[in-house]
Amino acid sequence: MLYEQELKTFVEGTTNFFEVAAQQPATIGSPYLMEGTPAVHEYTGVINISGKREGVVYFTAPKAMLTVLLMKMQEHDFSHETMRDLVGEVANTISGNARRDFGRDFVISVPSVLTNEKPEIPKRPGLRSFIIPINWRSHSAKLVVSLS
Amino acid sequence: MIFGGRQPTNGKATNGKARRSFKLMIVDDSNIMRRRIERSQQFEELELVGTAGNGIEALELFKKTDPDVVTMDLTMPRMDGIECIGRLVALKPSIRILVISALADKATAVEAMEKGANGFLNKPFTDRQLNEAIAELMR
Repeated sequence: MLYEQELKTFVEGTTNFFEVAAQQPATIGSPYLMEGTPAVHEYTGVINISGKREGVVYFTAPKAMLTVLLMKMQEHDFSHETMRDLVGEVANTISGNARRDFGRDFVISVPSVLTNEKPEIPKRPGLRSFIIPINWRSHSAKLVVSLS
Repeated sequence: MIFGGRQPTNGKATNGKARRSFKLMIVDDSNIMRRRIERSQQFEELELVGTAGNGIEALELFKKTDPDVVTMDLTMPRMDGIECIGRLVALKPSIRILVISALADKATAVEAMEKGANGFLNKPFTDRQLNEAIAELMR
């Protein structure tokens, strides 16, 4: 379960990432709750959460969006490996920033990256997912937060 | 951005003109972040001696290159940044370490400083914030 204030933490973390790293703000859609595993894009960066909360946080985005994001970050390498690196780094940054409110017992893993449209996202029985829609330029991505 | 901790024992201008150069090591498990930090360093005094993807690699690189200044991620595989800071400071007490991490809780920043880090910069950051943090590290 996620409280409203906790959800706000992730929304603000996502907003801050695009404002600072991409120097262009993203529009965040209304978060919604979903049973089961939401559809993902081509690249997904997954952070496992342990400690006082358990679950998973992941950022999933299409290649086209990541390409533009890399350009905005003055990156010149648009290889598959760099795309993987980027989604992992975005997921890591938003999850790590959440410790400002959750505290250090919100333990985050190093990122793992999944790269097809039907990846095996780690599932926790009974946990529902909050989906935070992210619109940036003409692209759409999602941050998925599923915590006990 | 947080600064404090151990005072530098080297790296000062000697007569107001001559400046010592600093050897820089970048430690981060993200290639993108390593290149970002490389691109942003605009200081004549800094010479990049190498990059490492985790704490183990950083210790190996340290033995080969003896850096004066380090940027250090915290969440990394094999050996995390907190442990690596402690080991680097034990090997070279005068080393200057800037933590660059997404971990935004105060307790982690305090622990890093207690281990021997000199500054703490949260990800994400702007080029200006990074340059200011590195400049502060070399003062």
